[in-house]
Amino acid sequence: MKRPFLIPLILCTVLAGCDTLDKVAEVGTSIGVSAGYITPDEAQSITKSVSAVGKVFESITPEQEYYIGRTVAATILSQNKPYDNRVMTTYLNTLGQYLALFSDRPETFGGYHFLIMDTPDINAFAAPGGLILVSRGMIGCCKTEDELAGVLAHEIGHVQLNHGLQAIDKSRLTAAATILGTEAAKNLGGKDLADLTKTFESSISDITSTVMNSGYARKFEFQADKAAVTILQRSGYSPNGLVSMLRQMEKNLKPGGHDFAKTHPAPQDRIAELAKTITTTPVQYGASMRQARFTETIRGL
Amino acid sequence: MKMKRLLCVIGAAGLMSAATLAPAATVMSVQVRKADIRETPSFLGKVVVSLAYGDKVAIQSENGAWLQVSVAGQSGWVHNSALTKKDIVMKSGAGAQTSASSGEMALAGKGFNSDVEAQFKAGHKDIDFTWVDKMEKIKIPAAQIQEFVKDGQLNAQGGVK
Repeated sequence: MKRPFLIPLILCTVLAGCDTLDKVAEVGTSIGVSAGYITPDEAQSITKSVSAVGKVFESITPEQEYYIGRTVAATILSQNKPYDNRVMTTYLNTLGQYLALFSDRPETFGGYHFLIMDTPDINAFAAPGGLILVSRGMIGCCKTEDELAGVLAHEIGHVQLNHGLQAIDKSRLTAAATILGTEAAKNLGGKDLADLTKTFESSISDITSTVMNSGYARKFEFQADKAAVTILQRSGYSPNGLVSMLRQMEKNLKPGGHDFAKTHPAPQDRIAELAKTITTTPVQYGASMRQARFTETIRGL
Repeated sequence: MKMKRLLCVIGAAGLMSAATLAPAATVMSVQVRKADIRETPSFLGKVVVSLAYGDKVAIQSENGAWLQVSVAGQSGWVHNSALTKKDIVMKSGAGAQTSASSGEMALAGKGFNSDVEAQFKAGHKDIDFTWVDKMEKIKIPAAQIQEFVKDGQLNAQGGVK
């Protein structure tokens, strides 16, 4: 007689799905913090990771992702001026577009494109859909082309894994769905368009505040590093390029800086995590031809 | 009775394996702005035809992440990330009929689109899209990438796949 009661209970749990999971995570982590088991930072990280399980972002088509990405990139560029140098930008795009061919997602709606930001801060951002911005400071951390390839491959990894879209609060997407309704209406009226634009603005700010201020959950950074190793191995670069770049970064990052010092796990933690993935014998490091063109191109940066 | 059941099972298994061996019936839509269909399953393969967003292709076979497709009497290879199983409908009104058969439908241009971007720009004059437009135009030609690979002595796994 007990079984009939169990079935509705299980059904409820399944149907309630991720919302319940989120609440459980929130309650669980706040208990953890108050009991002193975990730090507030760790709690935030756990809550973020669990939220990602919802995968509501999958309702965003690559076309919509493209429009989100354009505005995210424009917003980041409003705070970080572009570095206008044709030779370096072409080099960066040649390397980056080559690497993107080896990702699990080489085709996005508008393709992968790369730009340098004119700042000594050590930063790089990947807007959804493949608009990737790398700072002068970050390129300055790289001593070889393989290291720069490591930086770009990590950012391509974020795009491939939809990390930007997953930073959007689920309530935005619910709101967008309500405005759009189930009808196949393409052209919205004044108020609906204004409401949808508000939702769009909030989605953009969810992403930009994550990538520029709070940073992704550590799990996402490690996932992007893992994707980068695959891309580097497939494309003929040494995956150790990423490791040696992280060592350079460790030397150059200033504590309290408003860049990777704030938004990313410590380089030594990423190196430790990478050691689990990189198990093969390193490819011959830095062919002389690559080194010559790298030095020649970034000279004067 | 037992024999009949056994035959049924064999028949069902046969149908299932036929379905896995010949996914020819699957139709997919191009989900990116432009998708190149190539002679070989590689980004180095010669382009047979370029397809636009929403175009439909019939899947013939698979090779890793590459799908062999046919479209308007032509056949070639495309990376699976360019395609979706969703039926992408280009015009409103046409959606109602197609969505019933395919199960999942997406209307091109619906949701966050150029209208929303224009509205956003009107409210944020401080956010400049000039460089976003500029960077989007940077597309390195395949020949230049091949030269980059050769000059850099990059030994990609199986060539540029």
